Amino acid sequence: MSLDKATVSHIAKLARIKLADDRQDVLADELNSILGWVEQLSAVDTGDTPPLANVTGHDLPEREDVVNDGDIAARVLANAPDPIDAFFAVPKVIE
Amino acid sequence: MDKLTDLSLTAARRHLAAGDFTAVELTEAHLAAIQETAGLNAYITVTADAALAMAAAADQREAAGNAPAMNGLPIGVKDLFCTNGVATTAASHILDGFVPTYESTVSQQLWDHGAVMLGKTNLDEFAMGSSNLSSYYGAVENPWRRTDKPEEKLVPGGSSGGSAAAVAAGSAMASIGTDTGGSVRQPAALNGVVGLKPTYGRCSRWGIIAFASSLDQAGPITQTVADAALMLGCMAGHDAKDSTSAAQPVPDFSAALSGDIRGLKIGIPTEYRVAGLSAEVEKLWNTGIDWLTSAGAEVVDISLPLTSYALPTYYIIAPAEASSNLARYDGVRYGLRVDGDSLEEMYENTRAAGFGDEVQRRILVGTYVLSAGYYDAYYRKAQRVRQLIRNDFIDAFKGVDAILTPTTPSAAFGIDSPPLDPVEMYLLDIFTVTLNLAGLPGISVPAGLSQHGLPLGLQVIGRPWDEATVLRVGEVLETAAGFSHRAGQRAGGKR
Amino acid sequence: MTGSAMIITGATGDWEVVIGLEVHAQVLSAAKLFSGAATSFGAAPNQQVSLVDAAMPGMLPVINKHCVAQAVRTGLGINAKINLVSVFDRKNYFYADLPQGYQISQFTQPIVGEGEIEILLADGSSKSIGIERLHLEQDAGKLMHDQHPAKSVVDLNRSGVALMEIVSKPDLRSPEEAGAYVTKLRSIMRYLQTCDGNMEQGSLRADANVSVRRPGDPLGTRCEIKNVNSIKFLMQAIDYEARRQVELIEDGGSVDQETRLFDANSGTTRTMRSKEDAHDYRYFPDPDLLPLVITPEQVAAIKADLPELPDVKKARLVTDYGVSEIDATILTEERETARFYEIASHGRDGKLVANWLISELFGLLNKAGRSLADSPVLPENLGGLIDLISDGTISGRIAKDVFAEMFESGEEAAAIVDAKGLKQVSDSAAIEPLINAVIAANADKLAEYKAGKDKLFGFFVGQVMKQSGGKANPQMVNQLLRQKLDA
Repeated sequence: MSLDKATVSHIAKLARIKLADDRQDVLADELNSILGWVEQLSAVDTGDTPPLANVTGHDLPEREDVVNDGDIAARVLANAPDPIDAFFAVPKVIE
Repeated sequence: MDKLTDLSLTAARRHLAAGDFTAVELTEAHLAAIQETAGLNAYITVTADAALAMAAAADQREAAGNAPAMNGLPIGVKDLFCTNGVATTAASHILDGFVPTYESTVSQQLWDHGAVMLGKTNLDEFAMGSSNLSSYYGAVENPWRRTDKPEEKLVPGGSSGGSAAAVAAGSAMASIGTDTGGSVRQPAALNGVVGLKPTYGRCSRWGIIAFASSLDQAGPITQTVADAALMLGCMAGHDAKDSTSAAQPVPDFSAALSGDIRGLKIGIPTEYRVAGLSAEVEKLWNTGIDWLTSAGAEVVDISLPLTSYALPTYYIIAPAEASSNLARYDGVRYGLRVDGDSLEEMYENTRAAGFGDEVQRRILVGTYVLSAGYYDAYYRKAQRVRQLIRNDFIDAFKGVDAILTPTTPSAAFGIDSPPLDPVEMYLLDIFTVTLNLAGLPGISVPAGLSQHGLPLGLQVIGRPWDEATVLRVGEVLETAAGFSHRAGQRAGGKR
Repeated sequence: MTGSAMIITGATGDWEVVIGLEVHAQVLSAAKLFSGAATSFGAAPNQQVSLVDAAMPGMLPVINKHCVAQAVRTGLGINAKINLVSVFDRKNYFYADLPQGYQISQFTQPIVGEGEIEILLADGSSKSIGIERLHLEQDAGKLMHDQHPAKSVVDLNRSGVALMEIVSKPDLRSPEEAGAYVTKLRSIMRYLQTCDGNMEQGSLRADANVSVRRPGDPLGTRCEIKNVNSIKFLMQAIDYEARRQVELIEDGGSVDQETRLFDANSGTTRTMRSKEDAHDYRYFPDPDLLPLVITPEQVAAIKADLPELPDVKKARLVTDYGVSEIDATILTEERETARFYEIASHGRDGKLVANWLISELFGLLNKAGRSLADSPVLPENLGGLIDLISDGTISGRIAKDVFAEMFESGEEAAAIVDAKGLKQVSDSAAIEPLINAVIAANADKLAEYKAGKDKLFGFFVGQVMKQSGGKANPQMVNQLLRQKLDA
């Protein structure tokens, strides 16, 4: 699988990273080199081996339905680059 | 008595308990060492005032006779651990100005055990790198220099480059790092210090800025194996705030350091003899095998057939998880914002300006391997290979108690002459990354010098939850190696 | 095909409407799905937000046990398969109301698999609607546009609240069926107390996938309609959208698969302007979480604890209380109604109670704009009134006055009857003097009656009742009058 400039542009859009035109060329080469290298995995016969998502060996722990967090609006907003009142603000969105 | 900045944690604890010096004096000595070695750029933030206040509190506890295990010991904290009220950057522009209002579980446990925070150490941006060259706050210099090119500045490895360099330079008695593909063990090896990666789930990930959640694990970087045992005991333990944290009992790791490895079976994976292994590293490995044999261990050849596939597997899984973990850095709630006319533009401008090249590269790779049409070929395939790699270790551990390998294929390279190809750079983690994929504990112990006078490490790998054996074997190596070399750029000069 | 399918007769022939619904139901729980922040409605902005909900660096999710149980409970209530192992995935996309940059959801392995529910249609027929799956996921925050001229603002109070997404099969064929489906689903969840079903507050939301086709043809291209916050609007939106698609196709166009927003003011749907140009959610298992494992014992315990659901309760009301099918449907649609009815009718004439509840109480509540939950007449008190009617203490006519008084004051029927002296008079010694007086005052009418004008009997009854102030026992008045007049 070879990845062209248009694909780089598309995944950069998905990842919300603006790329200058010349960076797209460079990245296409770099990503092709990385992807070409990782593609050696296709040589491994994985048969019906199940995918391993985590190695912990335990099931999902659960917590009780108790309200013990929140009420910390000041801390939640403490680092906001553009707070308005108690909200986070972003450029106007038209739905 | 050694200089204050040359003491191990365990030695310093004895002196503090005996009243030979105070925690404030010990901390002042290290703050001075930080200043003296500032050129190494090991720290992003130095918290001198807070350190002295914590040291003073430690002295009071000492005087009151209730000193916990790490009382008064000043350490560095990789700037990937969120620290309450102290800027936390992940060495990224995108976290500009971010000051957490919370403390990571691991660092909190260390403060609860009396340790003193000197500051936040430098790293590869978001822990993505093996050289510390990708930090927004600049490269870290390895305090070691080659004997043949003493003018050349070298990389400290990564991603916990600042944490390892600070310990090697005497500007921290020890430090904490995180290890996703070797980020504690590899820089420890390249700096001539000890680095331990615990079993996945041993230490809480809560409050650690995530790189690849299924691989990340915190670990100590120390001057001695005994120090690593001491620190791990303070860092480890179940945390209900981390669903992947294990409810495993935490043994007394220090007590495991018996020095006795008679009858222990040590596996030597034949596959590690290939893949760009330098002759001097291979020689050191053979020496390590001799040390363990002399100590009464039985050495067994084992096979880990999928070793060569570990790095490609890692370079699919880690970027995939990272691409998602780093989506939260969007300029809305914290950190950098670069404005735009629309929400989309604001996102794209912020993330383009905020993330460095290597981080962008990995986000794009991760986005690609998860995207429609490629998920099965890349991501699921990698997860299947990951299972096979883990199976290899499980099989191997049926016949052996621990595994001995080199930590890195070669010694540190020059800051100004890094490998040009990203893939070549990735190969630095070839011996360490398998443990993260399999979730196993491992330690790197300084074992010797390269022909050009640079430190090299040996790695001991253990069964899940068996850090005790890893530490015990590690200490035997440490004793046999008698590694007493010190970095040339160390505070106070070469000993 | 049932009689409730919507057929649109276009210029070129008939069109059938095919609808699938994705219902998002907020799980009734105190705390959020993966954090300990509260879920209640109407808090100050960003007040019910933990560091996890705000996706601060290094924060991790831990699942709420109760939300898992609620999903299982709902799954059992819709006759669905419970998956003992399910997996949480990340659905990756960027939006200002999504702090993590991904939503934790369940993609390939949901907690609940296929199920079905019966819906009842206006013509009295019923239809079985298939359910594809139910999964747990996080709600997003709220993005608002009218707080500031140049900015939109974000409130994360909802961020991380547990939702159940319930996906129907494309079995629905008309707005009416879609409305009946949501009504039934809401009723089941209210019985189970797994969702409060409040559409105005957004705790129940429905997105509709609508397409049209020639009867018997394969499925057409569908549009997803969002932003519908009542059943009435849902039906309106589907109706509009189906007609729009038919018109579009008949004019030679084709339907684009897209997301459309419903505008309640105009009753129309329109293309979402902010939709992503390329949806690629890059689902993968959330590495911060592990597979969710439920034991058969846990499922059995939840099953044993399930309340009687509307269909079963309805059948029982018909059998045990003798109420009609239609009344039983009305009485069981809401858990609160059924509860009220069962208390009021306990040990009493079930049909009589049903009549009083449905025609009298609902009538007064409607007029007063109140719901049964804040009815001034308590179920015990309606029962008390029925008792007074049944044992002859008051007449049916007096009962209506008493009931009106009860609705005003909230007092018990017996107290009102006592205080106002409304007790029915069944004592012949008290009634006879009234009869004598009426006869004495109407000698002419008596003569006419005696002469054969039988229907004047009713006149005498009416006069006696009037004299008694309505309190005389009508049967006794009849009997005594008959004796006197025919003597």
